[in-house]
Amino acid sequence: MSRPVCIAFRAATLAGFMLLAGGAIGAAPGSLLHKPAPDFVRKDIQGQAVDMASYRGRVVLLTFWATWCAPCQVEMPHFVRWQSEFAPQGFQIIAVSMDDDAAPVVALTRKRHVNYPVVMGDERLGILYGGVMGLPVNFLIDRHGMVAGIFKGGSHLDAMKARIRDLLAAR
Amino acid sequence: MPKGIIFGLLFCAAFSAMPIQAAGQFSPGPVSATAIPSRSLIQAPELVRLLKSGHEQPLILQVGSRIFFAEAHIKGSQYAGPGSQPAGLKLLESTVVSQPKDRFIVLYCGCCPWTKCPNVGPAFKRLHELGYTNVKVLYLASNFGDDWVTKGYPTDRTQ
Repeated sequence: MSRPVCIAFRAATLAGFMLLAGGAIGAAPGSLLHKPAPDFVRKDIQGQAVDMASYRGRVVLLTFWATWCAPCQVEMPHFVRWQSEFAPQGFQIIAVSMDDDAAPVVALTRKRHVNYPVVMGDERLGILYGGVMGLPVNFLIDRHGMVAGIFKGGSHLDAMKARIRDLLAAR
Repeated sequence: MPKGIIFGLLFCAAFSAMPIQAAGQFSPGPVSATAIPSRSLIQAPELVRLLKSGHEQPLILQVGSRIFFAEAHIKGSQYAGPGSQPAGLKLLESTVVSQPKDRFIVLYCGCCPWTKCPNVGPAFKRLHELGYTNVKVLYLASNFGDDWVTKGYPTDRTQ
């Protein structure tokens, strides 16, 4: 290998290692776009098993939220309506609470008549989804289990709803 | 009237007009980060320069979600509890109790977009009430992930 090529190869290898090393912490949820949604199995706050893989064939809105997150609470009543409106077409919302404790989650979801499963998240689940380090983050997952849209920071309700309709229409 | 006193009065007026969040955790935090005076903010590149400078390091405290802290936090920072909750403010108080009042302290959260963050406002206010005079708050416009981690700034995670 010539010296310039060798140096370029080493630099590229080093950059690759740096990217991989950074990936453990530095990856962003956006890195999952057009990739398979990571599977997980958890019990929801009602004690029922939630298995992401079992939702293949449906369009899934996976929402990371918390009771202390103001924009998340703006989204919540819309999500309750969407769950009712789109469920017959094969739509399912799954919520992951990033609260430290379940008690306020149980209280709030009961108060808001949340009609979709809510599981408690943790750092492992956050990292699994690319490093969830800010809320809200919403992943739209198509019928094949691929991440088809990512909406961060709230205030994307119209765009999100339009994308859900598109995904439901696609077979 | 001296400028310092005028600033102090304005600062107190701004915060006294805000209700403190009660124990109920599911109402959005009413103490806005936007009430923090701009002179008390520090931008991420400035903090990074400081961390790399070798000068006296600030005490950096994360005053948001424990889960987010475990995922990633500023290298060398400590978890000090969510500022929007009474238990979080108690932890903050116990974390700083042994520090001199003029200790350089940097607070940050990044759980939500800056204007919606329920934590940094109450935490900053509490340290001010306790008499800490050299407190800055890290401005994170979107969230900690986008504004710190993905920029490659010094980051660590709980082992």
